Amino acid sequence: MGRAKTIARRTFLVGSVAVAGGVAFGVWRMRTPYDNPLMADLPEGAAALTPYVRITGDAITLITPRADVGQGAVSVQAMLIAEELDVDPAQVATEFGPPDRAYWNTALSDEAVPFRSTDQGWLAESARDVMDAPMKFLGMQITGGSTTVPDGYEKLRRAGAVARETLKAAAARLHGQPVDRLGTEGSAVILPDGTRLRYESLAAEAARTEPVTDVVLRDPSTWRLVGQPVQRVDIVAKSTGRQAYGIDEEQPGMLHAAIRLNPAQGAALRGLDASEAKAMRGVRKIVEVPGGVGVIADNTWRAMQAAQAIKCDWAPAPYPAGMEGHWQALAESFTPERQDSRLRDEGDVEAALDGAADIDVEYRAPYLAHAPLEPLNTTVRYSPERTDIWTGTQVPRFVQGNAAAITGQDADDVHVHVRVAGGSFGHRLEDAVVRHATHLAMAVPGQPVKLTYSREEDMGHEFPRQIAMARGRGRVSGGRVVAYDLGIAMPSIIASQMGRQAIPTPGPDLQIVAGAWDQPFAIPEYRVTGYRAPALAPVSSWRSVGASTNGFFHDCLLDELIHAAGADPLEERLRLCSHAPSRAVLEAVGEMSGWGGALNAGQGRGIGFCLSFGVPCAQVVEVRETGDGLRVARVWVAADVGRIVDPVNFEAQMQGGVVWGLGHAMHGALTYADGAVEQQNFDTFRSMRLRECPEIVVRGLETAGKIRGIGEPPVPPAAPALANAIFAATGQRLREMPFDREVAFVG
Amino acid sequence: MRLTVNGTEHTLDDLEPEMPLLWALRDVLGVHGPKYGCGIAECGACTVHIDGQAVRSCQVPVGDVWGDVTTIEGLGTPGAPHPVQAAWIEAQVAQCGYCQSGQIMQAASLLAEVPEPSDAEIDDAMSGNLCRCGTYPRIRAAVKAAARAMREGT
Repeated sequence: MGRAKTIARRTFLVGSVAVAGGVAFGVWRMRTPYDNPLMADLPEGAAALTPYVRITGDAITLITPRADVGQGAVSVQAMLIAEELDVDPAQVATEFGPPDRAYWNTALSDEAVPFRSTDQGWLAESARDVMDAPMKFLGMQITGGSTTVPDGYEKLRRAGAVARETLKAAAARLHGQPVDRLGTEGSAVILPDGTRLRYESLAAEAARTEPVTDVVLRDPSTWRLVGQPVQRVDIVAKSTGRQAYGIDEEQPGMLHAAIRLNPAQGAALRGLDASEAKAMRGVRKIVEVPGGVGVIADNTWRAMQAAQAIKCDWAPAPYPAGMEGHWQALAESFTPERQDSRLRDEGDVEAALDGAADIDVEYRAPYLAHAPLEPLNTTVRYSPERTDIWTGTQVPRFVQGNAAAITGQDADDVHVHVRVAGGSFGHRLEDAVVRHATHLAMAVPGQPVKLTYSREEDMGHEFPRQIAMARGRGRVSGGRVVAYDLGIAMPSIIASQMGRQAIPTPGPDLQIVAGAWDQPFAIPEYRVTGYRAPALAPVSSWRSVGASTNGFFHDCLLDELIHAAGADPLEERLRLCSHAPSRAVLEAVGEMSGWGGALNAGQGRGIGFCLSFGVPCAQVVEVRETGDGLRVARVWVAADVGRIVDPVNFEAQMQGGVVWGLGHAMHGALTYADGAVEQQNFDTFRSMRLRECPEIVVRGLETAGKIRGIGEPPVPPAAPALANAIFAATGQRLREMPFDREVAFVG
Repeated sequence: MRLTVNGTEHTLDDLEPEMPLLWALRDVLGVHGPKYGCGIAECGACTVHIDGQAVRSCQVPVGDVWGDVTTIEGLGTPGAPHPVQAAWIEAQVAQCGYCQSGQIMQAASLLAEVPEPSDAEIDDAMSGNLCRCGTYPRIRAAVKAAARAMREGT
């Protein structure tokens, strides 16, 4: 039954909708398809073949609804469609498509149920199925959770196949040829005599053709694009300064804006004196927004200068003013009243550890900024009839709805144009910048306004990565780890984030324990407990979310116990590991690094492992003492994503994830004083620089079954691997990030 | 004020001389390749050349510009990329790409001065350019490939 259920979940319903001047094909999994969003602007004679393909008389467009924040989403989505459609992704247009419920993310539900990702039994799969319903209802058109590839892997190829077969049927009818004698290649149907019929020339006929929905996807052995090293569609533009980002938006008559927000994020503006700012050159308007004030001017620099000149009276922070208060709130959350989940509870941990713990330690992880290099920005043109928004966002439907609530318009009258983003790491899951820009634009109806946050305003209002604390105990016996007890306290990321979208989040927050409760180890006495701390500073999803802190806690505690047992860090992890793909990645990094070989004096190696977003990822980090500090010299990293769709991007994401995880573990922290973030720019909020970057050797495995994304899984194992390596080199256990609090690093 | 950008001379009489070159380029001249990332010379996304030398355009008042300005758009084009850009394309360095205009301008300046940089010289020259995506391994490889290509005149 479990198997049948699994297959049913992954079967898509294919349908079509006839409309004036064209036809749209939909690849749906839901029972009642939403209206196809591409119908609205369909020109005469055009055929919208699926929600992912649009062909008109003069253009082929692939619609790639997941945002590109640098992770290569456009390229990989285009590649999946093109594999079946027989077009060259570099030769056709791509666009993000409008916000619409039809683009709900079917893979998100996989992470929202209380089952380990390794559990693909009937109950777990059924729960994921049920969770799909609210995801559809909410129209979760979200880019996140490393879901772009799993979400699109079949849908996008099927869309391409339906489009291709329908174009062939149209050509067959036009030219009186049997369909089975037609081929496709390079955006054209090929007739038996070799005549090439461009897809564009078939658009009108395809619009009159019954869609061919009975398609069989091509066998992977015949793939030309998927799994091959291909050039990213955006690589030339991004290497020649031609890629336009949201911050580069130009609209006729556009004004520029800057903002000052209460340094205590979320608190009110009690009063202001803008007399000096008003008189400054180029300033058009000073506009109060919730929690702050904006300046509209004729260029960005003048707007930023004027914003600085406003004297503001700020209300105090709704959270503790200084870090002692934040840490104290976490320390006081390890109580039965604040227990949020205990999804892992094997054996009798209390009895096993009663007065017999060999290790009893506390770990800490700080707030962190996402700080994508492109500061937050949004361009809005408001008029009473219609509002247009240009912005790089991972949540276009939230943007649309929230802007409509501010303008008082119907959501249909708010048009969101998604732009390429200069990084995100979760930052663009928030849409405060859009709300602020909408308020500003309403002050100058008809005129577009581009709001650009200064770096200081952006970093000072981050919705940072959660602060977290963990307490771990354990016992060893006979050279083995026999008891493991980890409690984790943090504020609820999901409640904070979804609360800003007015979406209730009942039940436990699995992110409080993600990357810890769900690890594939068989320890006789094994318990992981989540404690929901009270809300502190507003927090949001940061690359790898809960696992970004919990991978560090879980794996470091395991490493401490293994050392206490006198066992080998790799051998004991392998002995405890109960999941074949996880064993395989551990074995892979062991082999790649030559684990167990002789090291020079002052060298040390550590292993880190975390299974997150369904992906087991293991790393070996090697550090070296230089006399001036520690050098992070080399990293070997292996992960299993089921199937590698884009090998170039896979390697890039693995390396980038390691750099992200290591750099923040070494240097990164946001701290609060007087309610304000103390690090407001890259001089004080530090991450990895090129000189510190180790050699990073990557291996991808393809044995784990389900296809998974790779944006986040390389992050959680990096920090513990580094901490464990530093211990191996120096004998010093680091239990609080960033590590440069206690050790010096050199580049 | 006169400003020569990518070979085109502009007259900017109506600007405060203290406005950073970055904002004059972006908001006044519509040259968007140089990016705003920090405004304090900590990230390098705004890097341009003045008379061939890499500078942080967020720190140069437009009134103080002492020579011809070249931005990423003027270094090469998609059809005729500069060898550093060609190496960046070949190595597929970019992820989000936002820092890469500055990285490329920095690397081009380095290679103009030091045709065969050592690993340490690459580290020194490139560590002021922040990449949040973590493309550093590919940046290192691309700088070396560009150096080879430029020495061999390809």
